[in-house]
Amino acid sequence: MSATLDAAAAPIAIGGVAYEVVMGIECHVELKTETKMFCGCRNVFGAEPNTNVCPVCLGMPGALPVPNRLAIELLVKAGLAFGSEIPAYSKFDRKNYFYPDMPKDYQISQFDMPLTQGGVVPFWLPDGTHGSCRLTRIHLEEDTGKSSHASRDGRIAGSTHSLVDFNRAGVPLMECVSEPDIRSAPAAVAYLEALKRTFVALGVSDVKMEEGSLRCDVNLSLRPVGQEEYGTKTEIKNMNSFNSVRRAIESEMARQAEILENGGRIVQETRGWDEAAGTTHSMRSKEQAHDYRYFPDPDLTPIEFAPLDVTRLRESLVGLPQARIDRFVSDDKLSIAQAHQIVDTPGLADYYDAATALTEKPQATANFVLGDLSRLANETGVPAGESRLGVESLAEIVALVEAKTINSKTAKDLIARVWSDGGSPREIVAAEGLGQVSDSGAIDTLVAAVLAANEKSVADYRAGKTKVMGFLVGQVMKQSRGTANPTLAEERLRAALGDGAE
Amino acid sequence: MSDATAVEIARSVNAGESSAAKRARAANDRIAERDGVIGAYLSVTSELARTHAARVDARIAAGERLPLAGVPLAIKDNMCVTGTRTTCASKILADWIAPYTATAVQRLLDAGAIPLGKTNLDEFAMGSSCENSALGKTANPWDLGRVPGGSSGGSVAAVAGGEATVSLGSDTGGSIREPAAFCGVVGFKPTYGRVSRYGLIAFASSLDQIGPIATTVADAALVYDVMAGHDPMDATSVDRPVELASPGLREDLRGVRIGIVREFALTELDPAVRAVYERAYADLEKLGAELVEVALPTAEYGIATYYLIAPAECSSNLARFDGMRYGLRVEGRDVGATYEATRAAGFGDEVKRRILIGTYALSSGYYDAYYVRAQKARTLIAGDFAKAFASCDAIACPAAATPAFAFAAKTDPVSMYLMDYYTIPMSLAGLPSLSVPCGYVTPAGGTSPMPLGLELSAPLFAERSLLGIAHAYERGTRHAEARSIPDLPRTAVAR
Ligand SMILES: [Zn+2]
Repeated sequence: MSATLDAAAAPIAIGGVAYEVVMGIECHVELKTETKMFCGCRNVFGAEPNTNVCPVCLGMPGALPVPNRLAIELLVKAGLAFGSEIPAYSKFDRKNYFYPDMPKDYQISQFDMPLTQGGVVPFWLPDGTHGSCRLTRIHLEEDTGKSSHASRDGRIAGSTHSLVDFNRAGVPLMECVSEPDIRSAPAAVAYLEALKRTFVALGVSDVKMEEGSLRCDVNLSLRPVGQEEYGTKTEIKNMNSFNSVRRAIESEMARQAEILENGGRIVQETRGWDEAAGTTHSMRSKEQAHDYRYFPDPDLTPIEFAPLDVTRLRESLVGLPQARIDRFVSDDKLSIAQAHQIVDTPGLADYYDAATALTEKPQATANFVLGDLSRLANETGVPAGESRLGVESLAEIVALVEAKTINSKTAKDLIARVWSDGGSPREIVAAEGLGQVSDSGAIDTLVAAVLAANEKSVADYRAGKTKVMGFLVGQVMKQSRGTANPTLAEERLRAALGDGAE
Repeated sequence: MSDATAVEIARSVNAGESSAAKRARAANDRIAERDGVIGAYLSVTSELARTHAARVDARIAAGERLPLAGVPLAIKDNMCVTGTRTTCASKILADWIAPYTATAVQRLLDAGAIPLGKTNLDEFAMGSSCENSALGKTANPWDLGRVPGGSSGGSVAAVAGGEATVSLGSDTGGSIREPAAFCGVVGFKPTYGRVSRYGLIAFASSLDQIGPIATTVADAALVYDVMAGHDPMDATSVDRPVELASPGLREDLRGVRIGIVREFALTELDPAVRAVYERAYADLEKLGAELVEVALPTAEYGIATYYLIAPAECSSNLARFDGMRYGLRVEGRDVGATYEATRAAGFGDEVKRRILIGTYALSSGYYDAYYVRAQKARTLIAGDFAKAFASCDAIACPAAATPAFAFAAKTDPVSMYLMDYYTIPMSLAGLPSLSVPCGYVTPAGGTSPMPLGLELSAPLFAERSLLGIAHAYERGTRHAEARSIPDLPRTAVAR
């Protein structure tokens, strides 16, 4: 068995030898700033092509970059959230290569002195195990423009011309480079989700893969379990959702395993993920790799970080999602899925935390929050925190259910009602007599009425069709306007029907 | 003939004795009369000059007082001015119209200067004679068979030839100071970071600096005072208060220590040239300065250092001229071929040579041996200057080893690179440095006396002190007054 912490990383048998997959992930994340990285143009998605541009981000002759301090601080916050080190001194470098959607034919990036170094991203896997992945670094760079090619399939081959939109050129981009610590496709997705929820919580990025604000490349290789040396890796690109990341990894693992099984060699190369075909294909081999001729950008002065700045940014980190997830799982005994769901819904974790503080019943509270409250939030488009169902109201409902004063049907109705109209659940229950009826005399009256009105069902039951019991209980509940204790109702129905049979 | 200085023009226009419109018209007439022979301008912006002059006169009429009211200004054609052709004297930008105005230019225009036109230069400011221009030939007004120097040859020739009162040049390794010396005018490169580079088309970003060219130190100081200062559009522009230079202009050099560089021995110069510089040093002393010997042991590595750093930066800066977004485009069968065809047709030999050197110096495997070492040498050179300035207020030395040479006299690149021997070390150290006229020699084979320039350099941000010293020297020696623009022959210089 593999010695990895990641239980999802089942070894792959190749020619009778157990292999493991080794992955590192590079993520490009667009930062959520008002303006671009080096000019005053707006940073927004979806504007008319080439409307958010100026001499600087178009790389006009003579134009100069001026760094966006907010982008630098957002990146540093992201690093601090994962315990990265913030060197006192960092700088921008030029990465030189020709590309039509890159206005200056070099990209301002960071080569050997990134803004952050090290750090660890912890995460929970769906199977309940805990994993983590070390960060190598996070650095800042500018995004490029976007080309579209005038050909039938949108590819460059066979196109008569290409169009370039420079709205995205110069948008601040952080590149998070991980160590090769990831050992399974679920771990890769869990890692990406952990990054995403942290960046969203910090307001660092929207992290929308479909809008291209998160793009990731996976470096993947296989090696026999226990071998220290890495196998030859390939780099997978072009995934546009976490699901396609998972599928691409599984496909590439299978492809590499098959090559090794047949005694072949893995070629180090970049491979593109084809969503429709469900496979990766070769894009370019590393032999054609560029010499980017990195050198310090002489237009930009070094970035210096005073310890005080770092302290101020560190202190601004509150309510980090991973700490909450850990607490929900360890202290509140929620499932990993529940914890993730609560934390990943904007505002819900705050609501859950406040409600649980009142109810002291985490599981019951989580059930309501993820069940009725999430459904209502979806239906009404209003998040729980903004509905008229305050945490005190939810706590009253939880307490009423726990005390068996109301049944779950009543609880559900009350939640919907207070959600839109407000009011105190306890007072509503008292005023309208919605308390659960557990008095057998009162229930027997209802039972007699229901049996009298449903002769056919009574006959069916007696003929052995016991399934009608559910219907009969439902009728009792209906007669009681939902307040009858359903367990007691069934008991009394059985007793009444048993009596009749005798 | 003697023209009015910028100081005089601004005074008279502000006083209502003259008008910007009159000044613009006169300057334009002068260009029409002379530029066919000198070839200082690549484009003359008469219409722009007229509208600006009208605006200036309106502001004066409304009671404003402008430091450069009605002063005719020529602008090196590597600086963007909205709506003007901005070419860098390169075929690759021959028809490019700038969509914005450089900060330094804008500050002068706001202060009342009149933009006469855009002047010739060595392509992308790479050269020391102006012969590398792909778009025009500029002659030295003192001897039309000689070069004006470069790269700011057009801006210097415009002022020396009376076709502009002041002009803007850019200096990367001597591109203001060497031509100023060749044409007998004042050329001043401020401290790196003191004047915004926004809108100056980059050659070597860590060295490029805009500076004024004028017939007097006082005019250079006036222009400098208007354009110096922090610009939020240039991250390398320094955010510290400007010490205005004009109030620091002085008449003598009492209490001033002038460093004479041990390694720049005058004995290596032609005897007639040497005599001019010996006299210049003696004049400094006569004006009250104390001459002290200083050492710049690493200065001799200046050229080698410069010709790694500047090409490295230029190889990256000039990548954007690829035919995709603006400028010349020569279609190839695919994107790569279009890049190659465009750049092959668009760039001249010297530009290509420097792009190649720079690409090589930054390449994987060579970067440490060339670029990194050059940066270390640069640090050492700056350190030498810092030590030297512990014992002096300014350093004096020749601006160039010879007067202006004849066209096509320097055929191999290295002999041309050596023209910047005395100016490059100060550029690498980022120092403020200028050339002021210091005498004349008649070169062998020449027919008329040609000017020489004394280079004065000062510690970082000591512009006020530097211009003050230069002013005292200028007033004490009166070389500038001896200056008279020779009558230009009517035979047009081939352009
Ligand atoms: Zn912009």
